[in-house]
Amino acid sequence: MPELGKYVFAVLSSYGISVGILIALCAISLIRARRMRRELAEIEQRMRQDG
Amino acid sequence: MASLWEYANPRKFIATSDRVLPWVGALALICLVTGLVWGFFFTPEDYRQGASVKIIYLHVPSALMAINAWLMMLVASLIWIVRRHHVSALAARAAAPVGAVMTIIALATGALWGQPIWGTWWVWDPRLTSFLILLLFYLGYIALWAAIENDDTAADLTSVLCLVGSVFALLSRYAVLFWNQGLHQGASLSLDKEENVADVFYLPLLVCIAGFVLLFVALVLLRTQTEIRARRMRALLARERMG
Amino acid sequence: MRAILIRDLRLSMRAGGGFGLGLAFFLIVVVLVPFAVGPRGDLHSVIAAGILWLGALLACLLSLDRVFALDYEDGSLDLLATAPLPLEALVSLKALAHWLTTGLPLVLVAPFLAVLLNLPIAGYPPLLLSLALGTPALSVVGTFGAALTVGVKRGGLLLSLLVLPLYVPTLIFGAEAARRGAEGLEYTMPLAMLAGITCGTIALLPFASAAVVRVNLR
Repeated sequence: MPELGKYVFAVLSSYGISVGILIALCAISLIRARRMRRELAEIEQRMRQDG
Repeated sequence: MASLWEYANPRKFIATSDRVLPWVGALALICLVTGLVWGFFFTPEDYRQGASVKIIYLHVPSALMAINAWLMMLVASLIWIVRRHHVSALAARAAAPVGAVMTIIALATGALWGQPIWGTWWVWDPRLTSFLILLLFYLGYIALWAAIENDDTAADLTSVLCLVGSVFALLSRYAVLFWNQGLHQGASLSLDKEENVADVFYLPLLVCIAGFVLLFVALVLLRTQTEIRARRMRALLARERMG
Repeated sequence: MRAILIRDLRLSMRAGGGFGLGLAFFLIVVVLVPFAVGPRGDLHSVIAAGILWLGALLACLLSLDRVFALDYEDGSLDLLATAPLPLEALVSLKALAHWLTTGLPLVLVAPFLAVLLNLPIAGYPPLLLSLALGTPALSVVGTFGAALTVGVKRGGLLLSLLVLPLYVPTLIFGAEAARRGAEGLEYTMPLAMLAGITCGTIALLPFASAAVVRVNLR
């Protein structure tokens, strides 16, 4: 752990907030991508069965 | 010769981006982890700003990407207006939230950095103000996409908004400069290396920037795929209801 | 063309039109500000120019959703779009009508309200000039925003969000000219920039607005 002196709060919270937001963005994108992929596959399956 | 426009075909786009996506994503992750760990643990303190200089590894790349994301949306909107490729419009739509998040990170890290160095979270400095205005543009753009049901109408309206918004964003930039000269230092990266940051800070910063660029590319590819699928699903459902 | 303009003006004069609304809002803002910041005349004269500009801008914003909404709902916008008059001219007329019913009255009452806020004598000419030069830009930009949101039900909030960042340059140069004037400084530079923005928006934005209306009527 590097010595951050009086900037502990600024540096740590910057890294925490940024990394947190980025991970959240990636997670939301991935979850939505997976859901769309699945739902589209279901619908295409159904359409094929119906005719 | 294979042309770039082949990727305007949604199927082709999905197939190719599926192949590329894992590599870009992995590379982005490697660059980000390397750059941030390097920047956080293995760089010395700046003689004036102390350890707070470590924030630069988040602040500068996210600010760069906040502007570049808008530029990418501008190009995609122009392609949509001129050549009517759906993938292009959807890519612009997919990039907007990523750009907004980059703007928020740049603003948040800027505020946290400004607090110990300038003694205040927020000043109405030209750069900060411009970024706040940029955030408003992103929010308006996203809200307009969300508000309009017909996909083609929404694509047309948002691309016009993007064009007009770009002109006004530039205007605001100069208006704000005229209005207040500000505390923010000038560009810390430039190609003529006269007053660049020192090399110890420069190399990890470059890795971080590469990481943010790759992350942006990966996210936009992924989200564009999602938008293409969502659009196809809406079309299929509509056809089902009709028939 | 004149018929459309007169029709628009008459519509907005009627009860429920935008005419009284903007003026009343402007009056409310200016009257309430002293209560909010305290009865200090010296403070009022410092912020007077900014408050008047802000009040005028918000009053403009308030009546924007009426620019196209009524015509869109009863279908007369479709008729107007198929008329021989080019759509670019139509949206310019709409912006002109909006300016005549909100911008111009605001400019005319601003000096009287400025008295309430203790604006220094030197500040009156730049305030009037900057408002007269700047409010047309507000109307034209606002018409573009109204054209974007014409198909959206209850698009008032969306309209404000879209128009807000587009208003920033006009507000900065307008309020800057008025403020510098009130402080007795040189104000031609921001005034010239403001006039440039107004001319540019009047010349170019109607094309964007017309394109957007066409998309919305498709």
